[in-house]
Amino acid sequence: MNFEHYEPGDFYDELFIDKNKPRPAVMPLIERINSLPPDEILQRQEVAQQALFKLGATFNVYSDNQGTERIFPFDVIPRIVSAKEWQVLEAGLKQRIYALNCFIADIYDAQKIIGDGVIPAEVITTSKGLLKPCIGLKPPGGIWCHITGTDLVRDKDGQWYVLEDNLRCPSGISYVLENRRVMKSAFPKVFETMGIKPVDDYPSHLLDTLLNLAPESLPNPTVVVLTPGTYNSAYFEHSFLAQQMGVELVEGRDLVVADGYLQMRTTKGLKRVDVVYRRIDDDFIDPLTFRPDSTLGVPGLMEVYRAGRVAIANALGTGVADDKVIYAYVPEMIRYYLQEDPILQNVPTYLCWREKDLSHVLANLETLVVKAANESGGYGMLVGTQSTLEQRQEFAEKIKANPRNYIAQPTICLSRVPTIIDREFTGCHVDLRPYVLYGKDIYVHPGGLTRVALKKGSLVVNSSQGGGSKDTWVLC
Amino acid sequence: MLSRVADAIYWLNRYVERAENIARFIDVNLKLILDSSTGITQQWEPLITITGDLPKFKEKYGKATAETVIQFLTFDSEYPNSILSCLRAARENARSVREIISSEMWEQVNSFYFMVQDAYQQQKTFDPEKFFSEVKMASHLFAGVTDATMTHNEGWHFGRIGRFLERADKTARILDVKYFVLLPSVKDVGSTLDELQWIALLRSVSAYEMYRKRGQHRITPFGIADFLILDREFPRSIRFCIIHAERSLYEITGISSGNWTNPAERSLGRLRSELDYVTIEDIIQSGLHEYLSHLLQQIYGVGNDIFESFFALKPINERSSEIPKFRSTELQQQF
Repeated sequence: MNFEHYEPGDFYDELFIDKNKPRPAVMPLIERINSLPPDEILQRQEVAQQALFKLGATFNVYSDNQGTERIFPFDVIPRIVSAKEWQVLEAGLKQRIYALNCFIADIYDAQKIIGDGVIPAEVITTSKGLLKPCIGLKPPGGIWCHITGTDLVRDKDGQWYVLEDNLRCPSGISYVLENRRVMKSAFPKVFETMGIKPVDDYPSHLLDTLLNLAPESLPNPTVVVLTPGTYNSAYFEHSFLAQQMGVELVEGRDLVVADGYLQMRTTKGLKRVDVVYRRIDDDFIDPLTFRPDSTLGVPGLMEVYRAGRVAIANALGTGVADDKVIYAYVPEMIRYYLQEDPILQNVPTYLCWREKDLSHVLANLETLVVKAANESGGYGMLVGTQSTLEQRQEFAEKIKANPRNYIAQPTICLSRVPTIIDREFTGCHVDLRPYVLYGKDIYVHPGGLTRVALKKGSLVVNSSQGGGSKDTWVLC
Repeated sequence: MLSRVADAIYWLNRYVERAENIARFIDVNLKLILDSSTGITQQWEPLITITGDLPKFKEKYGKATAETVIQFLTFDSEYPNSILSCLRAARENARSVREIISSEMWEQVNSFYFMVQDAYQQQKTFDPEKFFSEVKMASHLFAGVTDATMTHNEGWHFGRIGRFLERADKTARILDVKYFVLLPSVKDVGSTLDELQWIALLRSVSAYEMYRKRGQHRITPFGIADFLILDREFPRSIRFCIIHAERSLYEITGISSGNWTNPAERSLGRLRSELDYVTIEDIIQSGLHEYLSHLLQQIYGVGNDIFESFFALKPINERSSEIPKFRSTELQQQF
């Protein structure tokens, strides 16, 4: 198997400029694969899949009662980002996260951005992600979004866009680390010859970010990862990160509020917890403050948090900036808080609550992608180009009934990477989710998770919708 | 260490050990059949009796034959103590503490589970002899990997307590059942048949060679009971298991032997000292079956006390009132 017959097609291909014409930076990889005996690449793919399964790098699927664990499908052909491209992405992400953090801090404080007329007040007040109990909160160092997983996509012309910011509990980093581990044994020679930025130090950076939240007076702060439990779709990752950082992985039932502090139940009695990396949604974290039916959280945690006796990452309330209507204002935020022009572009977004946008959206449903403002994971979406008339009519009604809840964007023709499907290299659409840590400084982890749509022609890359992943190589 | 985590490591080890012992019961019985020319009729029901789940078995399968017993004890996913169920439970426990145990331990439990799962799905080509020795080896491998790759910290000691209590329990059950159900009709005592039965029993706990190597080489019921209950050095004897479980408990609590600060230390220490001073003559005099039943109850009691002392998540209702109430009325006005 080699790339002789691979057709990049009428898309931006991450590895090829044209048929049989690889991008200069990826030459060593293509040459190596072309030099392998026939079917060797398939064997390596098979070995890599098995290794991941053995590692237990699985995710759970909610709707599936039988054998809920599945391995996240993995493809051995990596996605490659050149050093030059990466510099731009890195700078753009730093700028964006800094501005978003300013925005969240402002919204839960003086709300200057509303006062100055940059964002209309009703956009904020009607956002489901806005948590009133967080108003007036002062998290340590003024940092709210400690861990972000920004979704980036690339259009036909190679232009990068930010699709979503994911400021709550972005997942996927464990696959980045495990995929790399597997790739190193699949292509050791390529790693020797191409300068590829290492990714193994993510847990150290994450731990630093979390330790940065504990009061300096504490000599040996206790950090925990809070998980909803083994049945959560991302449980593997929660466990993996706790293990890699050497901290406790706790569930809500392990924690209790006692003597004014958050404490965990140990074999030797209660022990104080100082920093919580929570992988539970805001709504579930404290039944006394938020959803009373939550059994995942800790009753009374919010009070301890507001008193500054425990730090939580990400801070509660960051979801306000994940609202897709508010997303549309990020370029404005960057100009407002930083007095700079945005380095990374938003996908052009129509806001249905604006009269003129609404009529444009309703008239052009066939070519647009419509999204509910508060959904994620590929749910609550209409992909116009692949919809039926009935679906469009249904969505039109939904939009008219609640225009605030819908946005629309032109269909982005996601870039492609060659991928093994049915023993052939086929161009499959990808996105990229780099991970950004906000501790003492903002740190962008080189690469990130490349998700790939494994159905031919599909543009949906979410793991819950049949997507897979690839290793991402950022070149030095 | 979190109580939930300690509990999970304890059960992880218990379930792996349980699976191994079930494989041992079945394996030895299969081997015994090969000697059936000497007049042994197939004895399958005692295997179920050992587990204490005879009524459950009868209800579902009726007669105890090689097929039904192996099915029940190996692959019945509704029966919580089948090898398949044990591995499923072991793996679930391991999964919930993956970040605490070593990656090697997780990989071993995971591949152990898939080995059993594969055998379950390919029953047409099921090779019992190969399968049961693989189960035993996989369990040994898990124990070895655990000792060699996990820090010998609190969690490791909880795992050891789980493994040794489970093993003590199973050795007692094997001895009990063989003694009373298989043996002996008066005319068989001292016959070739009798000797074969005892050898089979020793083999089922990997004790045959070690038994022969100690001072008294001849196979006698007395000697075997003495060896499997009271030997200080054989790693599957009940006394050995209890001594080492107690040592791990003291490592956890930091108390020295002879003292106790919680019910677990008391009941385990008491059991250990009883085993230190009882003689096989005392045991036979009080009746082996009676003695073993009493022992099983005590081991069960130790398990309960460990749960109460370390794992039970007692609800805590006390909420602190000293946290200053949050004041933000000015800001809330804006919404």
